[in-house]
Amino acid sequence: MSQLRQAQQSDQSESRTYAPHSIEELREVIAAAVSEEIPLAVEGTASKSGLGRPVQAGATLSMRNLSGVTLYEPDELVLSAKAGTPIAEIEEMVDKAGQRLEFEPNDYGPLHGMGPGLGTLGGVIACNLAGPRRLKQGAARDHILGVHAVSGRAEAFKSGGRVVKNVTGYDLSKGLAGSYGTLAVMSDITIKVLPKAEAETTLVLRGLSDEEASAAMAQAMGSPAEASGAAHLPALVAKRVSDGTLGSDPATLIRLDGFGPSVEARASHLGKVLEKRGKLEHLHGAESKALWRDIRDVQPFADGTDCPVWRVSVAPTVGHSLVMGLRRHAAIDAFYDWQGGLVWLRMEGGEAEAELVRAGVKEIGGGHATLVRASEQVRAATEVFQPQPAALADLARRLKEQFDPVGVLNPGRMG
Amino acid sequence: MSIAMPKPSEAVLSRREEIVSALRVIVPGEGVVDATNEMKAFESDGLTAYRQLPLVVVLPDNVGQVSRVLKYCHENDIPVVPRGAGTSLSGGALPLEDGVLLVLSKFNKVLDIDFDNRCAVVQPGVTNLGITKAVEHRGFYYAPDPSSQIACSIGGNIAENSGGVHCLKYGLTANNVLGIEFVTIEGEIVRLGGKHLDADGHYDMLGLMTGSEGLLGVVTEVTVRILQAPETARAVLIGFPSSEQAGECVASIIAKGIIPGGMEMMDRPAIHAAEDFVNAGYPRDVEALLIVELDGPKAEVDHLLTEVEAIAGENGATTTRVSQNEEERAAFWAGRKAAFPAVGRISPDYYCMDGTIPRKELPKVLAGMKAMEKKYGLKCANVFHAGDGNLHPLVLYDANAGELERAEEFGNDILKLCVEVGGVLTGEHGVGVEKRDLMPEMFSETDMNHQQRVKCTFDAKHLLNPGKVFPQLHRCAELGRMHVHKGEVAFPDLPRF
Repeated sequence: MSQLRQAQQSDQSESRTYAPHSIEELREVIAAAVSEEIPLAVEGTASKSGLGRPVQAGATLSMRNLSGVTLYEPDELVLSAKAGTPIAEIEEMVDKAGQRLEFEPNDYGPLHGMGPGLGTLGGVIACNLAGPRRLKQGAARDHILGVHAVSGRAEAFKSGGRVVKNVTGYDLSKGLAGSYGTLAVMSDITIKVLPKAEAETTLVLRGLSDEEASAAMAQAMGSPAEASGAAHLPALVAKRVSDGTLGSDPATLIRLDGFGPSVEARASHLGKVLEKRGKLEHLHGAESKALWRDIRDVQPFADGTDCPVWRVSVAPTVGHSLVMGLRRHAAIDAFYDWQGGLVWLRMEGGEAEAELVRAGVKEIGGGHATLVRASEQVRAATEVFQPQPAALADLARRLKEQFDPVGVLNPGRMG
Repeated sequence: MSIAMPKPSEAVLSRREEIVSALRVIVPGEGVVDATNEMKAFESDGLTAYRQLPLVVVLPDNVGQVSRVLKYCHENDIPVVPRGAGTSLSGGALPLEDGVLLVLSKFNKVLDIDFDNRCAVVQPGVTNLGITKAVEHRGFYYAPDPSSQIACSIGGNIAENSGGVHCLKYGLTANNVLGIEFVTIEGEIVRLGGKHLDADGHYDMLGLMTGSEGLLGVVTEVTVRILQAPETARAVLIGFPSSEQAGECVASIIAKGIIPGGMEMMDRPAIHAAEDFVNAGYPRDVEALLIVELDGPKAEVDHLLTEVEAIAGENGATTTRVSQNEEERAAFWAGRKAAFPAVGRISPDYYCMDGTIPRKELPKVLAGMKAMEKKYGLKCANVFHAGDGNLHPLVLYDANAGELERAEEFGNDILKLCVEVGGVLTGEHGVGVEKRDLMPEMFSETDMNHQQRVKCTFDAKHLLNPGKVFPQLHRCAELGRMHVHKGEVAFPDLPRF
């Protein structure tokens, strides 16, 4: 009898963890799981275990021992690392070389009461994370160049490469980005990195209603200012970022970053346009960075509870209509990123209200509502991710069957 | 034709009349073309070395027709080759003798322009440039700009994940498409994405569809990101006594944190051919020429031009010229954009390659190509998207002198070298039929099988565009077999990690 089975039987309360040190060991663990039909919970540091549906697993596959940056060539804008490499380690390394991860991955740690900086590269890619800069520069899936992975067939394969321009064969890297570890387990990941900005300024418009803010953000994003962030914090939410230094008046934020003279010129030009809409303030450098970090990591709702939080992606101009509509039926707290198209909702009544939220999304023209925080009990009973139309759900089911026919990789995690 | 295509199905060929009649019911009027002289126009795409008349050409004008055509073909086991504007450089739209050629050129409408959400919804037959034309009155544009942008369709751009000279800064098609509607071979109409971003918790079918070369589905509607055009753009021409120095200069520019809007390199043969053709004002006494374009707010462009000029000097540049106005900038680009036809003037035929390499390997690859020129007795001119390492070597040959085969071998050797130094077979032109048989140079059987499992997800009967991308399409049932079976696998001791 294999040790996977033994492990499961010998310790019912705490499932056994396997942490391979090489791609071959990784393949062996998955082969054993397939052979024994034991579902695996795939994790890096488990910092995102609160995302998605709870997985009923017989054992845990931890990627923590497959860690380390294996290639970093700043001049080529490319970095490769093993999937279990802490994202904090990568961010520090590229920062020292004057570069950054352009997709600005958000950190769910604070929202989930776990503290910041715990995630791994594999987790960031598997959940396709992206922060405020997503609006201008894309999500994790837009910056992945290649992967090595082991599918649920216990076969090791690669896709893509290490160059930024490549259309050779199917882009399985994109298929794995955002697949929550349900198709294959990535062992090595190559991403594109880009120079970090020399300067950063945030224009802050005060006192706008959600609707006025939406118009102001659309104007800013539609201008040649090349804004790399557009967010709106309604009254009371504003004081829950930057240690309260922003005060409690509504704050509509436009971030400009890049070369010093460029940021200065753009801030001046855009400022003249925006100051007609309300009182205008400026934040520079570290102050601006701290503010956007808090928005990125959903700090206003990092309250140490498991009160349900939704992340809703809709067309930017209708985000505020969604919130207005929902408020007629439920007590919610909300703020906006991505020009108003990313709506963070905290359900003040303590219920997830999935049907209400999804009906609201449908009414304003569609989008995606994800329950990103709730107790395990609620997540087990709720469709955490936006339900898919039948034809699409059918394709998703077939893809899962092709890559993981026995269903050993994170079964049920995506619904 | 030196490449083997799937053997035509006798069953389909013998039923041609019946199939044409059935298609005429679905697409009435002039939407079905079966006369040989009329089908001639569709016998090849941009890769003209390969030609084949299709079984029949169908030009639907609405999604319902596309759905019914595909459903009919699926039920009757008839292969389908989708085609946009037919500008593929890799033979992606090469017809099949037993296949319906599904042409999307009647899908040519711009459906919705939404400036506040910075997107446009268009039909797939709208040209790449047509999108920009539809939004430029408000200062917007669509960023990916393949050289064929005046003719190529956005649907084809999605099939090929097209790039262009600006993609280092602005991304490929995949990074600029927000949503699509497509039809599966079974006739199901599926919508992905839209005006919102990222379908959290759903597989990235949009990412898989983009660049799938018409093997997964037929795109019938597209939502793209549109951007406000940069306030200013200026180009600088920089000449170097060697390609190595030009390469060093590119690396230094990026090391300084500068991502130019475009950064192109040409070697001496390409410079001379272009200069003879369009008199762009290129220096003739250099071995390598860089065109660096900086775009953005005027303050930024001015600032960066100074930096780039300094970096060029540090890297041994012998000439530097900054465009002083829009006409001059256009002239700088005219030479580069005319490089292919310019080479066409000095050689009866040329074969254009498309490998991408890590930039630092450029000297090695250029030296390798020099050696190949000797080996094959053929000349090669190089244009190169220097920022992202995408090479376009143009192998010069004369088909009438029987040099085609040698030119293809030369080209294949170049691509093999690209892979050897850590690069890839194709940066933007696609695999198609042209590079299909080279796929094993880059991918193992297991790698390709996993790609084919995506194919099996969408098209288990292999009816959509067979003969492209994969050297051999395995039957999905065969691919579906698990090689690890319960109890059968030798797994005595799982190590305690």
